Amino acid sequence: MKLIILENYSQASEWAAKYIRNRIVQFGPGPGRFFTLGLPTGLPKDHPESYHSFMWNNFFKHIDISPENVHILDGNAPDLQAECDAFEEKIKAAGGIELFVGGIGPDGHIAFNEPGSSLVSRTRVKTLAMDTILANARFFDGDLSKVPTMALTVGVGTVMDAREVMILITGAHKAFALYKAIEDGVNHMWTVSAFQQHPNTVFVCDEDATLELKVKTVKYFKGLMLVHNKLVEPLYSMKEMGAERSQPKKPYSD
Amino acid sequence: MPSNKSVSDAPIVQFTNCRILRDHQLQREDLWVREGKILNPEKLFFDEKGSADVQLDCKDSIIAPGFIDVQINGGFGVDFSLATDDFKSGIDLVSQKILSHGVTSFCPTLVTSPPSVYHQVLPQINVRNGGAHGAGILGAHLEGPFISKEKKGAHPEHCLRTFEAGAFQDLLATYGSLDCVQIVTLAPEMRRSSEVIQELTKRGICVSLGHSVANLSQAEEAVQHGATFITHLFNAMLPFHHRDPGIVGLLTSDKIPAGRRVFYGMISDGIHTNPAALRIAHRAHPKGLVLVTDAIAGMGLAPGRHTLGQQVVEIDGLNTYIAGTKTLSGSVATMDTCVRHFQEATGCSVETALEVASLHPAQLLGIEHKKGTLNYDSDADFLMLNDSLYVQATYIAGEEVWRQDVSGM
Repeated sequence: MKLIILENYSQASEWAAKYIRNRIVQFGPGPGRFFTLGLPTGLPKDHPESYHSFMWNNFFKHIDISPENVHILDGNAPDLQAECDAFEEKIKAAGGIELFVGGIGPDGHIAFNEPGSSLVSRTRVKTLAMDTILANARFFDGDLSKVPTMALTVGVGTVMDAREVMILITGAHKAFALYKAIEDGVNHMWTVSAFQQHPNTVFVCDEDATLELKVKTVKYFKGLMLVHNKLVEPLYSMKEMGAERSQPKKPYSD
Repeated sequence: MPSNKSVSDAPIVQFTNCRILRDHQLQREDLWVREGKILNPEKLFFDEKGSADVQLDCKDSIIAPGFIDVQINGGFGVDFSLATDDFKSGIDLVSQKILSHGVTSFCPTLVTSPPSVYHQVLPQINVRNGGAHGAGILGAHLEGPFISKEKKGAHPEHCLRTFEAGAFQDLLATYGSLDCVQIVTLAPEMRRSSEVIQELTKRGICVSLGHSVANLSQAEEAVQHGATFITHLFNAMLPFHHRDPGIVGLLTSDKIPAGRRVFYGMISDGIHTNPAALRIAHRAHPKGLVLVTDAIAGMGLAPGRHTLGQQVVEIDGLNTYIAGTKTLSGSVATMDTCVRHFQEATGCSVETALEVASLHPAQLLGIEHKKGTLNYDSDADFLMLNDSLYVQATYIAGEEVWRQDVSGM
């Protein structure tokens, strides 16, 4: 894996954004499909806390993406499992996921794959752990009864099939989960640890998230920043894409 | 980009790089319009998988709902209380000219007049949508003749009437028809006013208290019977007294029926009300304040003599008096100057200054589901303003109907 350690939330976000930008440009504009990970069931699309609203307000309305290229799991579908299976088919039809971007929960879950989720699971309906429900209560005015208890999510196996995985981890409350993810063994109680067995994983985090890691680990990866920063500088643009095509796709690999 | 709209093929316009007034705040959001109404872009995106056909850069303007003037007696030489042969073209002229003041809907107002005037003029006033031809007409505002002699202001005494004989029937006979009437101003201390107020309210007509010497309990009784508005607060009514606040006391009365709000018009031209009085009213009851111009025929013209119904008025700068007197009669203020003066005098936020000229009048008339806001599915009547609240462009039903000349006139 590559562990990228930046000073704070803004810098971590910026690094990740630049990396994603470069990857998009390298990938070439072509079909360029985009999938979003998980949707709590039972929330109507226009509820301010639905994933539809979240993605619209924080992403789609700021870019010129074509609505046909947006695929969000529909938590209000009549047959939820069929909805999940169809999602898997759509991913296959699009040629698989090139880059998966996600975060983790304080309990180390990736997407809504709560502790105990199978590490080879596919897109399905999951019941949410109490930890997750508590963490989400802040979006529902602190009223626990309003927080959805189930979610549709991509499985750990689904994400493992992606050609590259990027996980963003910031804040001291995620520090223990990060420790479990990268310094302990692969364990279905900390589902993000599954990516130790993925050939191309990038973890982007801030200083606070490294608080539970060994000093040795942190120093090692900080020492690699010179090399890692070559992934975001130069910043490619679509116009120069023609010239860059002749360059190797990655400056180096793990 | 190709759009795949399942609901309608009409073009979708996206106004970008602007700050829109929504939920009482200026938000940095785009404004989407289709078929003359404000469109919900999230629904368009997810449900219809549609996108904009045209994108317009608003150069960081403020976008606010169009202003609504519920008391305007005329302008540009046109007097709504004069039954002339070319009355229709007169009203068309005013409705077209006030677009440049940011007014997208208005209530042509008639001052106290003889019944013959009402019978001739009212049938020529039609409720109609606005557009490139001019601002929309919401209905007439009849200010008088059922008002108090002591507080007639600029209204002609010989035309004042009472309805003590036949109550509502007297009123109907005087006006002839109430078909296109939106607001009636009367003095609630007159005998049988309660019956009249009830009857008018039942017909969906907004009853306003004004030109009156009513005390607070008479005013409260009128509100209980259905009155919801006060015509130009402070002017043509008893002054506030600490043991009998009179009509002014309605702003903080505890006898207002639950769920109802009393609105009050204010002419914030710097002349009709001292800024300190404006501030007292605003602070006492901010959600009820409605800006009105009470503009007369001389508005928009050079100083001099003009008519106001049966009277002659003299304009000197911003002051308009009955010729030869010091009795104020209407104003020559424009709505946008009233908004700017209001903001300056009260120090309120830009959002508030814009809402007292748009949202509050819409709420008064019970039309806020389609006018006075930029909520989804509302009529797309809006303005582009700069930070000093000067109107740069006016839109009705999503079409540009006026734009500020770039040479800066």
